[in-house]
Amino acid sequence: MFEKPVQVPIGPQHPALKEPEGFIITLSGERIMRAGVRLGYNHRGIEKACEERTYIQAIYLIERICGICSHSHATCFCQTVEEIAGLQIPKRAAYLRTLIAELERVHSHLLWLGVAGHEIGFDTLLMYTWRDREIVMDLLALISGNRVNYAMNTIGGVRRDITPDQIQQVLKGVDALEERTKYYITVATDEITLIKRLSGVGLLSHDDAIRLGAVGPTARASAVAHDVRRDDPYAAYEEVSFKVVTDNHDDVYGRTLVRVGELMESYSIIRQILKDLPDGPIAVKAPRKIPAGEAVGRYEAPRGEDLHYVRANGTEKPDRVKVRAPTLANVQAVAHMLKDRYLADLPIVVAAIDPCFSCTDRLITVEDPDRRTPGVMTWPQLRQYSLDWHRRRGVDFTHLNKTFRTDKTR
Amino acid sequence: MTIVLPLIYILIFPGFLFLALVALLAEYVDRKLCAKLQNRVGPPWYQPFADLIKLAAKQDLVPELADTWMFRLTPLVALTAVLAAFLYIPIWSNRALFGFQGDLIVVLYLLTIPTVTFFLGGWYSRSVFSMIGAARSLMQLFAYEIPLFLCILAPAILANTWSIGGTPAIPATPTTPAVPAVPGITEFYAAHPAYALINLLGLGVSMIALLGKLERVPFDIPEAETEIVAGSFTEFSGRRLAIFRLAISIEMIVAASLFAAVFIPFGLTLGPVPAFLLYLVKVFAIVAALSVLRTIFARLRIDQMINFCWQIAAPLAFLQVLADLILKGVLPA
Repeated sequence: MFEKPVQVPIGPQHPALKEPEGFIITLSGERIMRAGVRLGYNHRGIEKACEERTYIQAIYLIERICGICSHSHATCFCQTVEEIAGLQIPKRAAYLRTLIAELERVHSHLLWLGVAGHEIGFDTLLMYTWRDREIVMDLLALISGNRVNYAMNTIGGVRRDITPDQIQQVLKGVDALEERTKYYITVATDEITLIKRLSGVGLLSHDDAIRLGAVGPTARASAVAHDVRRDDPYAAYEEVSFKVVTDNHDDVYGRTLVRVGELMESYSIIRQILKDLPDGPIAVKAPRKIPAGEAVGRYEAPRGEDLHYVRANGTEKPDRVKVRAPTLANVQAVAHMLKDRYLADLPIVVAAIDPCFSCTDRLITVEDPDRRTPGVMTWPQLRQYSLDWHRRRGVDFTHLNKTFRTDKTR
Repeated sequence: MTIVLPLIYILIFPGFLFLALVALLAEYVDRKLCAKLQNRVGPPWYQPFADLIKLAAKQDLVPELADTWMFRLTPLVALTAVLAAFLYIPIWSNRALFGFQGDLIVVLYLLTIPTVTFFLGGWYSRSVFSMIGAARSLMQLFAYEIPLFLCILAPAILANTWSIGGTPAIPATPTTPAVPAVPGITEFYAAHPAYALINLLGLGVSMIALLGKLERVPFDIPEAETEIVAGSFTEFSGRRLAIFRLAISIEMIVAASLFAAVFIPFGLTLGPVPAFLLYLVKVFAIVAALSVLRTIFARLRIDQMINFCWQIAAPLAFLQVLADLILKGVLPA
């Protein structure tokens, strides 16, 4: 078709991507010769902002790292801080955290199934799964009062309890969802165009999955049986029985089967949790000042292992917060999966890791030794730079700045 | 009068105005049905009209790198071609407005022109997405066109004529010699209604090929939104995009009318009004079938599409031709 290889920009703005992210694709005909991933369009500086806030305020911010796995990030952060503070959360709190976590997994996987359908031009699947996803969204709203950012977590436990009436409703909703999921399993195993478009696409061998550090369903579809819930149990996962769903298809089809299988496991976990829900308080009192120390928290988010690192310095604000969202671990595998594949497979291969770019995005500075080094700016320097930048353009914030300062000292 | 009547035919009925109306209504039926099947509410009946008016009022941009003439002309050529094709298709009786021996072939070629304009329009847009879409359009053309042609020619083989509607004989006048009648396909099947059932396989295959021609799921590869934005149409906007979209909608109606005339030519002798109503029923039934097909499939990849067309659709089309050839020798004409 084309004599020379052409470069196709997929992103930062592109219909296949729900968030801005750059993929530079070198095409030869319909084949992808090279794929490069460019992160950083959605960098929000949340880690830095957390250092400016108290632990309780930071939870609010951390929860907003991701709109879909918001509970994952919040729980991971709280667990890490609790570890530094040496807090033991009540059993009921652990169970409630697990309940929300699994409901969140259900909504995330259903959402993924719809997006995957859309990426391969199967909009009917999108409409069906998103309709059914409303059931779990309503359940989350019922328990937490919110559809998206549930605000359930606090340091030392959870903020809302569940009533027996709500338990009944959740059980009813889960029954309905299970029935729908069984239908999707038949769709995934019977629908011929779906299988044709997903099998053999985005191949990631078992060894490559380990070498590139893939996590979550992406890795489990390559028969890597890693699951933090089982390997390093947190919350109430030690007390529920579930199976780590793996698959050896190594491709997008395998990832679909893993996710649908995980949905079934989640329903079983939710039922066990609601059956064995212990009585008692839902939170313990946490100190405002967290003693100095550091900890790393692990959490199995719907997309894979989420990692939070917190360093405390004895004050009420964290000294350093570091988030490694699962997408960052999987995005290296994407470039590998795209190589020498069809352009038509690009959207589904990218979507198959269930990417969440805004969770992942970070600022990367590549220092070029031949040019002047950009160096590192401290917070006051950055403020001064911002003030000067605006002053050069005729906007003077010096006055406002002084008022702000006096307010603060007062 | 000799000028006015053809102008009415071309511009009002059964030409542009009528076709545009039916096409937009068919688009509504398609969208509403698709929405219902997907458990959505779907648009109100005037949505296609509103979309068209809105698009026509929008700013019309020509990319700097694009070939201005090609960019401006291709939408018009696409629309003209599908409108011209419709004049040879009978809708309220056995006869079309115009006809001659070989008009079936002309209609098929006129229906191919839109795809060629998609290619040219996309290629001369000079944007990466357009060019990939354009190349895919052309690649796809070679895959679905053969089964489509074979399937539509099969009923003609049995009817022993290359004209859809045929023309009546014109007696000699003092100045002109007598013109013999041209037999039409619809005429033949009106005489032998049972013979039309032979071609049902052909109808099925051509419906699938039509999905490729109209670039709809599962063959919407040239305009796969999640891969290449809008393919050939990426750079088109405003009026020109409106014309392209109208051309595609009309193409669906023209193709459905052609299928109705060639594969299900029943009831054309009932008189103009019942025949016309029956024609509308047939066309909307075909449109409904097309929207069901687009709801239940995922988009295929271009290589899978070509393999499907050559390995499954083309052999079935050949089977249809073979069946017609054999039966032509066996059946009493």
